[in-house]
Amino acid sequence: MKKVILGCALLIASTTFAQNIKIKGSDTILPIAQEEASVFNKMGKGSVSVTGGGSGVGIASLLDNTTDIATASRKMKMNEKIKLSQAGKKVKQIIIGRDALSVIVNPSNPVKKLTRAQLEGIYTGKIKNWKEVGGKDMNIVVYSRESSSGTFEFFKEHIMQKKNFASSVLAMPATGAVVQSVSQTAGAIGYIGMAYDNPKVRQLSISYDGKTFTEPTRENAKNGKYPVVRPLYIYYVTTSEAKVKPFVDFVMSKKGQAIIDKVGYLSL
Amino acid sequence: MVKKVLNFLQVGVLATSSYVTSIVVLLIIIFLFNEGAGVFTKSLLEEGFVIAVNKSNKLNAISPKDIKNIFDQKITNWKQIGGDDNAITLFSIDELPNFYTEEEIGSDFEYMDTCINNYIANHPNVLAYFPERNVAKNFQGKMIKVGTLGVFEFVKGKEWLPTARPVAQLGILPLLLGTLMVSLGAILLALPFGLVTAIYMAEIAHPVARKVLRPIIELLAGIPSVVYGFFGLIIVVPIVQKVFSLDVGETALAGSIVLAIMALPTIISIAEDAIRNVPNNMREASLALGATQWQTIRSVVIPYSKSGIMTGAILGIGRAIGETMAVLMVTGNASNMPTTFLQPVRTIPATIAAELGETANGGLHYSALFALGCILFLATMALNLYVQLALKKRNR
Repeated sequence: MKKVILGCALLIASTTFAQNIKIKGSDTILPIAQEEASVFNKMGKGSVSVTGGGSGVGIASLLDNTTDIATASRKMKMNEKIKLSQAGKKVKQIIIGRDALSVIVNPSNPVKKLTRAQLEGIYTGKIKNWKEVGGKDMNIVVYSRESSSGTFEFFKEHIMQKKNFASSVLAMPATGAVVQSVSQTAGAIGYIGMAYDNPKVRQLSISYDGKTFTEPTRENAKNGKYPVVRPLYIYYVTTSEAKVKPFVDFVMSKKGQAIIDKVGYLSL
Repeated sequence: MVKKVLNFLQVGVLATSSYVTSIVVLLIIIFLFNEGAGVFTKSLLEEGFVIAVNKSNKLNAISPKDIKNIFDQKITNWKQIGGDDNAITLFSIDELPNFYTEEEIGSDFEYMDTCINNYIANHPNVLAYFPERNVAKNFQGKMIKVGTLGVFEFVKGKEWLPTARPVAQLGILPLLLGTLMVSLGAILLALPFGLVTAIYMAEIAHPVARKVLRPIIELLAGIPSVVYGFFGLIIVVPIVQKVFSLDVGETALAGSIVLAIMALPTIISIAEDAIRNVPNNMREASLALGATQWQTIRSVVIPYSKSGIMTGAILGIGRAIGETMAVLMVTGNASNMPTTFLQPVRTIPATIAAELGETANGGLHYSALFALGCILFLATMALNLYVQLALKKRNR
């Protein structure tokens, strides 16, 4: 019995006194954060624990002090900034890497490229049939992500230019579900992070100006030819800078950036 | 003496724990409604932002729906919403650098307020959307009132776009209908199958068959709902799509099928227990009167165990209405108005689960999701009360 109590006391003591850095936020960045944390922990520099939940969850946790670093696949919103400044917290924003978005269709679909304007038409419900964009006479089934996802926000801001989605658009809870649904629906279109590319679906070339179409490859995304690329952010409160600095430095180091490439995203 | 004290303590512990449980439940309900009520008091406009027009504009208020359509460029002329015949010029803060040089705005944006003020004053047809803190002291434009959401609009609204900017669209009718459709479909599918299985297992099956069947069915209840969701997405959805030759297989029907499978174990175990609790002498009396086994089941066993069967059905419906993950994966979650079972629908629990993670704590969207929770709570409570009343009446 005594041993148990002693053990418990030790456990509590060790968890309170060790400098445990907590990371919370975007599910998109989760694979990066986990890999970075596990390498960082193995190097014996400290201990880092990672949880997902969504970009908004991370930033909300920054507000109520339940995390040290918030990850986000979108920029902080105006009202989140206002709330943090009301709480007297100064927040630092760092871009740790990038992620490219690719538009996917069913492999049986002959359409190979679309312009941004056509995509906007499809997602706002103005274009309803594939023959309007040079395909077969087949209804377009439009898949999107839930509004809580950073991928959704990014797509809305860049491709849709902030216009609202048609209410007939199907919202999927996860990228995996989008891939699965597009792969089994002939008339489907969807969008995913490039890291999730899958042979069951086909990626489309995209054009913003309507003339030059770029294939969504890693090279094109890195050299800036492919237009649909978003930054990945981390946020922390400036007062906890000393605590999180070692980890942030590690992520920004050569080794840390190599991990981002390895997980499938784009390093800086 | 010791015995008395001990007894007092034991009873005390029991009483306290039951009080504590009740109070916690009450507190949760109060919390839910308290948070949910916020949806009717908060402005529909994004927090910290304002919408303004030129002073010469006739309009003082624009409905949330019209504002959304203007920013989606479906409404492009003021006369479409009762103004003068002029094209609408949209202005948001991101476009400021297109009209003013960096020097004019200031390196630290210190003259931004003035720039916005000038822009609005110089453009008679402008509809501007910008942060509240950038409203200049001598503001020349006219603020547009957006107002709060009414209960009626909330329940009757047909558009659910909680993240629409600048004005959120919070109409829950499509979600409400979606939830009701999926649950109703699930119970229509699950009840007959569940009842038949329960009767078979309790009355007809060989004890050995029953011993094998029962654990298998109970195992169904232990499978995590996300597994059902994936099963539905990969097996049920393509089947629904093929059988009805649809464009898309993620439909209310697919959701109903998955939920029916999930509700089956509850319905079967409770209904079977109820049937087995029928005293044997009832059956014997019936058989002694010359009734066949089927007649006995139909006119003695089932009427006797009706209340137990009903309980099983209610718990099954309860699971169907509240189920989240599995439905989220297979119904497609499009928030359009459902008209048939062969259409994608969005349910209330799926909406809460999918959106709550990303909302700003305490914001309008957050409150709207809690209000959805309240509605779900009220629906389940009404269902329970109704069935309890119905049972009481019948037993009398």
